[in-house]
Amino acid sequence: MIRGAVARAGARRARRRPPLLLAAAALTVVALVCLPLAYLVLRVVQGGTDPWSVLGRHRILDLVAQTALLVVLVTAAAVLVGVSLAWLVTRTDLPGGRFWAVAAGLPLVIPSYVAALILLAAFGPRGFLQQILEGPFGVERVPEIYGLTGAVLALTISTYPYVYLLAVAAFRELDPALEEASRSLGRSRAQTFRRVTLPVLRPSLGAGALLVALYTLSDFGAVSLMQYSSLTRAIFLQYRSLFDRTPAAVLSLVLVLLTVVVLVLEAYSRGRARYHRPSPGAARAAQRVRLGGWRWPALAFCAGVVGFALALPLAVIGYWLERALSLDRDLGGVWGPALSSVLVSALAAGAALAAALPVALLATRYRSGWTRALERLAYSSNALPGIVIALSLVFFAANYAGFVYQTLALLVFAYVVRFFPQAVAGTHSALLRIDPRLEEAARGLGKSPRRAFATVTAPLVAPGLLAGAALVFLSTMKELPATLLLAPIGFETLATEVWTATTVAAYSRAALPALLLVLFSAPFVYLLTIRRRPEVDAPG
Amino acid sequence: MSGKLFATGAAALLLGMAAGCGGDDEEGNDGAAASGDGGGTVVVYSGREEELVAPLFEQFEEESGVDVQVRYGDSAELAATIAEEGDNSPADVYFAQDPGALGAVEEAGLLAELPDELLERVDERFRDPDGHWVGTSGRARVIVYNTEMVAEDELPESVFDLTAPEWEGKLGVSPTNGSFQAFVTAMRLSEGEDVTREWLEAILANDPKIYDGNTPIVEAAAAGEVELGLVNHYYLYVVREEQPDAPIENLYLPGDDPGALVSTAGAAILDGAEHPDEAEQLVDFLLSEAGQRFYAEAAAEAEYPLIEGVEPREGLPSLDELEGPALELDALGPELERTLQLLNEVGFTT
Repeated sequence: MIRGAVARAGARRARRRPPLLLAAAALTVVALVCLPLAYLVLRVVQGGTDPWSVLGRHRILDLVAQTALLVVLVTAAAVLVGVSLAWLVTRTDLPGGRFWAVAAGLPLVIPSYVAALILLAAFGPRGFLQQILEGPFGVERVPEIYGLTGAVLALTISTYPYVYLLAVAAFRELDPALEEASRSLGRSRAQTFRRVTLPVLRPSLGAGALLVALYTLSDFGAVSLMQYSSLTRAIFLQYRSLFDRTPAAVLSLVLVLLTVVVLVLEAYSRGRARYHRPSPGAARAAQRVRLGGWRWPALAFCAGVVGFALALPLAVIGYWLERALSLDRDLGGVWGPALSSVLVSALAAGAALAAALPVALLATRYRSGWTRALERLAYSSNALPGIVIALSLVFFAANYAGFVYQTLALLVFAYVVRFFPQAVAGTHSALLRIDPRLEEAARGLGKSPRRAFATVTAPLVAPGLLAGAALVFLSTMKELPATLLLAPIGFETLATEVWTATTVAAYSRAALPALLLVLFSAPFVYLLTIRRRPEVDAPG
Repeated sequence: MSGKLFATGAAALLLGMAAGCGGDDEEGNDGAAASGDGGGTVVVYSGREEELVAPLFEQFEEESGVDVQVRYGDSAELAATIAEEGDNSPADVYFAQDPGALGAVEEAGLLAELPDELLERVDERFRDPDGHWVGTSGRARVIVYNTEMVAEDELPESVFDLTAPEWEGKLGVSPTNGSFQAFVTAMRLSEGEDVTREWLEAILANDPKIYDGNTPIVEAAAAGEVELGLVNHYYLYVVREEQPDAPIENLYLPGDDPGALVSTAGAAILDGAEHPDEAEQLVDFLLSEAGQRFYAEAAAEAEYPLIEGVEPREGLPSLDELEGPALELDALGPELERTLQLLNEVGFTT
């Protein structure tokens, strides 16, 4: 019912033509973000290797099927975990809600290979679990964690925060009046959640799920440790062992095709529904659900997820740190990299947000086939592994734009290309939930377009925009491949410091930068999850 | 409307700021270099780890007054980077983990020929036959073992003994690791395809424990998870840095056993190097007595020095004693693909 009313309201203004400058800005952004695609095509065309023979040699259908299976399972698990956690911390009287709210978002900065390492330490052959069971029960083998099981677990742990953080933002903005109306009309809580809450959350969930799927497609760390054969692993093998860029480019293009399938499916499932509210909604918090006896299972669930995704990695880091202190290692020299990490991540977040705005505005305010296709196109290169994106920018910058090569500007640009969808995800879903009539009303009352945007639209979309920017910030904090290849020589971040130490197994030296990575990210997650609804002036 | 203005404005501002920072950075570096000892600059792409080789570069800077700017990364990824940069590569020297990575850049036609004077300091088996790269330090394949679980007289005498039932479930291997793959390639080239396939199948049937790299294997041997592991010799010293009392030792295999393969890390100068003189100075230093003694004395990893007259770390057998399989190192690269296929067919890499 609500959806219907909203849809009709939106349909009338879908046909306006976008201003030229906005369209030009969006087109430029999308063209730049698609540079890696151009690079891949160039590599395949110039490569001289027959692409079909590459596909045959790699049993491409098996690879695609295995990759698709992984993506489906991880996305489903991450949505389930992320939404449940978001609902618990925003809508219930969960004990310690604020603590869980921050803790549940932090695993985003823990790289997936660390999550995989932890799982192996716990459940691998001769891991803790097996050792615990061996004594009293004589268990000699725990169920196999290598392969699909391990890869799904590790990737779920490291990706659910995408869904979680966007869902928290959406829950916080959700007008409680909708749910209250449904309840007063006699619907049960479960029915209300399914028929009212979920549909309104739909853009955020879709965006979050898409980010999870893209991350899973591009991940190398977890699949490599868990020995699960995916497309990205095959691509890395081409670079790492065989030094062959043409087959890597062919496989990367297959990855792009798979991404396009994911994007089309997501767009199809979103359908033609409109999601903005007919009224701005009251600036008040929703009534919290009393968990009662359910609080214990709920707490156990939060503790389980946060335990694996955050507490265990922190415990391992603590163990390293203790070893560093007992070996009397010099722990200085991390403050410079820490500052660089924060600076470059903030620049990336700001730049990504600025780049995402015109694209998202175009796609939400001037909905038409081509504006939506343009936005989708911007996503299509983002399931590529970091190394492919980094090499494509190396190629273009070194050969055609030498003046920016290996400067901070190019590095920030590389981050924007890599994490663009995360900025769009927050921006797009925030813009979708706002009724353009509000802005039109403000303009009707004589405000200039800029004033209308600044006083009406901006405050309403701010939480979503910040969510997108924060995702980019957190992803940049842990980014490695582009940083290694594109940063100015000598530019060190916390992520490169951790990498430098772990490549030679100097874990005790990795401990402090790894800990700082989590600590410096915490305030941003806090802002994201604890933020109250912004003060909204009733328009007019 | 105003959204887009704000957006593009902010983007321009941010990128401008960032460009400013980058530019300042570079000028700062150049300035420092120029005001140093007037010794110039050399840009190195290093696939060798910073923890390991940074002190070596510092020593060179002190001795020569040349400013060394290093980009650290994975050897293979840096090789791909140089190939993408082509003639516009800022790199003067490429310092890599293995002959395969050096061979890849050589094949792209981007390496300069090194002067004979430099090449000849190193034994023929550790340098490129065409003179485009030179080995800088050697590493031997060994069997690492837990000294509390395996007595010396129980140790295997060859990798071919590892298929015996007594080692069932007790061996650690890393089939996804480049050094293991090079060893399997060496076995294929020296013992033949069939012998290698049989050996791989027998090892797999003997229930080995699979790890993601050499270090985890040595750590597993130290923890008693496995009794033996197939690794490179220097990881023992890496793990001892963190666990000084670990009960582990290396077993060097005798004769031409494929498990005694000796490989090398190496350096090359780029054809389009902007600082060719400084680059040559650096490679000269890497192959000097001081540069080579570093591996024997200072480095955490006890790699083999490769020039005459510098002895390896105490406790290591001399390079002459390590025969290894008869083959040229630069043959390993082109054969790798077939090895990966074989590992896949046998069921090692899923």
